[in-house]
Amino acid sequence: MTTFSWRRAGSVVLRQAYLIRGSLARVLPLFAWVATDMILWGFLTRYLNGVTRSAMDFVPTLLGAVLLWDFFARVMQGVTTAFLEDVWSRNFLNLFASPLSIPEYVAGLVASSIMTSAIGLVVMIALASGIFGLSFFSYGLLLFPFLLTLFVFGIAMGVVASAIVLWFGPASEWFVWPIPAVIAPFAGVFYPVSTLPRWMQAVAFLLPPASVFESMRRIIAGDAVSVGALAWSGGLALIYLLLGTWVFARVHRHAVRVGLIARYSAETVS
Amino acid sequence: MTHSSTVARVAQGDAPAHLVLSVSRLCKQYGAFVAVADISFAVQRHEILGIVGPNGAGKTTTINMILGVLAPTSGSITIEGYDVRAERQRALAHANFAAVYAPLPGNLTVEQNLRIYGLLYGVAHLKRRIEALLETFDLGRFRRVKCGTLSSGEQTRVQLAKAFLNEPSLLLLDEPTASLDPSAAHDVRERIQQYAATNDVGVLWTSHNMREVEETCHRALFLSHGRILLEGDPKQLPREHGQQSLDDLFIAVAREPVSGEPR
Repeated sequence: MTTFSWRRAGSVVLRQAYLIRGSLARVLPLFAWVATDMILWGFLTRYLNGVTRSAMDFVPTLLGAVLLWDFFARVMQGVTTAFLEDVWSRNFLNLFASPLSIPEYVAGLVASSIMTSAIGLVVMIALASGIFGLSFFSYGLLLFPFLLTLFVFGIAMGVVASAIVLWFGPASEWFVWPIPAVIAPFAGVFYPVSTLPRWMQAVAFLLPPASVFESMRRIIAGDAVSVGALAWSGGLALIYLLLGTWVFARVHRHAVRVGLIARYSAETVS
Repeated sequence: MTHSSTVARVAQGDAPAHLVLSVSRLCKQYGAFVAVADISFAVQRHEILGIVGPNGAGKTTTINMILGVLAPTSGSITIEGYDVRAERQRALAHANFAAVYAPLPGNLTVEQNLRIYGLLYGVAHLKRRIEALLETFDLGRFRRVKCGTLSSGEQTRVQLAKAFLNEPSLLLLDEPTASLDPSAAHDVRERIQQYAATNDVGVLWTSHNMREVEETCHRALFLSHGRILLEGDPKQLPREHGQQSLDDLFIAVAREPVSGEPR
């Protein structure tokens, strides 16, 4: 029988807090890249608003899209970075030989990601609204389901990415970083999904962020948002989260069976 | 973690109360390669059991299986009557370990590492416990030093402090004195002997230092090619097998070809 202890899950968060507190190299990435993105895309939208004669406001469509996409990426990386800290410090043996369970460990990674991605979100909102006038009122209350769907999907992708690294070994972290960039073209972050060829639209249908960005554009265009589409994307994100956690647990079980935890750095699976 | 709950559990018939660890018909195979072949042994309360054997004999594989980080191909392991596979959390809450190949994260300070592992093991009155261990292992001046900057001997002491955090019923020590100078190694041996003598606990100890095994362990298992070849009092074993010392016996056993049934 496995019992869940918040104290044990909390120890994973505490470890991450200790690491961040004492390291500029960990503090800066929490907000530096997203701040750079906001500034770059902020000026680009300002320029586009100036040169195009259309009534379209690029700030909520482009800058808002970048903000939401960066939020998803930060949530995902919040999970994987917390996991990779154990990879980098070769801590698996100590960790998994303790009473810590996989649900507790994953909960700790998720809570760490909430802590780190919230910092990035606050900085992005401050820059986007303070400098470039992005108003979240333009999205209305639907901003919350947007953020929630992207958060859940980000967590799911982070857990899957951690499972990939656990399976393939430390060097496979390079599979993890490009995941948001690979998903972005399908998710229709900057353009309507109808722009894509049919097969890419089929993939987009299975990606929760696609519905979020489609809905976002509809709100800005003054069109009605499909509640069904939003419910689909939210439900899909939850399914991915459950699947991701199941995959991680399976990979961990495999790692225990073949001895991967005990000799992780040997990268015996390739 | 209380001994009373353990006693209650043991009384239900899960394991004899005097056994801290029970290993039964344990096997680990990787394809055709047999790392551990049908071994059985137990650790009693107040006992320090030494496992010795040449490199690749299966010592660390056995310890990894006891710690639940490696699944056996067959066989069972119980710690304080709890099956490591079926009741992993309860079993591991009664155990802890220190090994040269499992240093604590070098990017955290000694105190931070002990706090995190104290939370993981559910240690009560953690602050007080950490203070006591810092003093016991002479680590007070390193409390705010990152573990990665410590000497290997100092890191070993931190690992030992972590291993004692939850006052485990079963203490697994894989070459715990390998990086220590003779004086520090002597202190560690004394501390562990005292821990086993004054508490209802058992210790499983691996070492390549035969003098240490002779001096510290009440009983020793000679493991080779995943099999237990000899078992007995390390002070008596050499004479019983016609050897001058435990070192000589080790060499003789290590050079023995793989044959016969495991004991």
